[in-house]
Amino acid sequence: MDDFLIRATLAAVAVALIAGPLGCVVVWRRMAYVGDTLAHGALLGVALGFLFDVAPILGVLVTTLVLAVLLVLLQGSGRIAGDTVLGILAHGALALGLVAVGLTQGVRVDLLGYLFGDVLAVTRDDLILLWGGGAIILAVLAWIWRDLLALTVDPDLAAAEGVAVPRTRLLFILLVAAAVALAMKVVGVLLVTALLIIPAATAGRLSRTPERAAGMAAALGAVAAVAGLQASLAVDSPAGPSIVVAALFAFVLSLSLRTRT
Amino acid sequence: MSSTPPSSAAPSLTLPASAPGPLISAAGLGVRLGDHWPIRGIDLDLVAGQVVTVMGPNGAGKTTLIRAILGLIAADEGRVERRADLTVGYVPQRLVIDRVLPLTVRRLMTLTKRVPVAKIHDALAMTGVADRLDTPVQGLSGGEFQRVLLARAIAAEPDLLVLDEPVQGVDYAGEAALYALIAEIRDRLGCGILMVSHDLHVVMSATDRVVCLNGHICCSGAPKDVAGHPEYRRLFGPDAGAFAVYEHHHDHDHDLDGSVIGGPEHHDHHHH
Repeated sequence: MDDFLIRATLAAVAVALIAGPLGCVVVWRRMAYVGDTLAHGALLGVALGFLFDVAPILGVLVTTLVLAVLLVLLQGSGRIAGDTVLGILAHGALALGLVAVGLTQGVRVDLLGYLFGDVLAVTRDDLILLWGGGAIILAVLAWIWRDLLALTVDPDLAAAEGVAVPRTRLLFILLVAAAVALAMKVVGVLLVTALLIIPAATAGRLSRTPERAAGMAAALGAVAAVAGLQASLAVDSPAGPSIVVAALFAFVLSLSLRTRT
Repeated sequence: MSSTPPSSAAPSLTLPASAPGPLISAAGLGVRLGDHWPIRGIDLDLVAGQVVTVMGPNGAGKTTLIRAILGLIAADEGRVERRADLTVGYVPQRLVIDRVLPLTVRRLMTLTKRVPVAKIHDALAMTGVADRLDTPVQGLSGGEFQRVLLARAIAAEPDLLVLDEPVQGVDYAGEAALYALIAEIRDRLGCGILMVSHDLHVVMSATDRVVCLNGHICCSGAPKDVAGHPEYRRLFGPDAGAFAVYEHHHDHDHDLDGSVIGGPEHHDHHHH
């Protein structure tokens, strides 16, 4: 195998392992559009990265984290409906991002690369960031897991029995924001949410407990990552979308499995 | 409530863990909703080993009181003090678990805390649903689910058990058995229990203290005394006393057939 393919595989598998467990909670908490909103903001982060001459991934990370906090504050205020907040932030951030990219003169921004990902161009440094950042994300997720599940079942019950509900909520959305930032290079802004929710939706159908669903989502995502990359190489299709298509196949397969039992 | 400080920020103080006395103590507690006070001027102490039942008509503020006591909503007036390290088991009035969440009874039992497997078994056996250990929660009937929720709340052996309408979805025959079980839980765990009910028929037998609520505390005391109280009769109608004085003694013999229940026509007590 060529070096670039090994790097691409390692990167895609890392993203799948992060997205699986996080995505399960995203699905259970019905937050799919939150992932989307954060991803839309990523483009603004890329532009800001260029503007302030820092690595794009850093610009993206800061932007998604700020968006996450804004989301929590605006939705918590209750003065604007939740889906309206999502719409305003998602498309506001996307428009700002496109304007900012347009204004970034002299720098050629590979827009398609950010929209659809460019996993074959992953560098050694990207890999270190992906696996290091991923390990931190999963460690924090494991730390808040029980509380997160409890408040997903019922926030009042969780709070009454001593769970720090607002803190856990905030931590979780920050984790999603960080994961979106990390995943962008692999599957791109448009498909980040797909990698969060498709393996999770598949695993949820086939599991009896939240923990097994999380593990299975990670595994399914990793298989889809490898299969998608290989397929993209074989038929020369774009890598990021191919990974999502592989995940989609697994989901459709799970639908038929379920009806047989 | 002129005696309470004007600062509306509800102080949620912590009593030292070693202190004897109440698990939770509310003083002059009031919650405001716009111009309206669903509850106001509530003084209530919850102590270990005692079952306190809050009764009242619809809109009396029962659930608001529970939520304020649990700290789920802030007090706008007065205060709620809780003992340090107080552990709470809570069965909310309504709990719907989304079908998309894969969850077995076994996993639900450790939702907020780790619990040894033996205690999970004990708790489920106590509420009569031990055979449901590996059932997905969405596959339970309403009554089974309520029993599982009760088992979950007691499995971690909390200092205080809070039950908001604990017999919902349980058939009439099972109600008396469930209330008897609640009294048994108090005896075995020694915990304090706060419950909401409007089940006049059977709740009295499992209760040490009744708090009759209608925005404020109308009257409170031992079930017998409250049943004879004019405020209570005014609130629940002239027949209420007849229901309420029905007592059965805790011989723990009655079971799920609920045969111990006495309706109004069965009451044979000397109260009028």
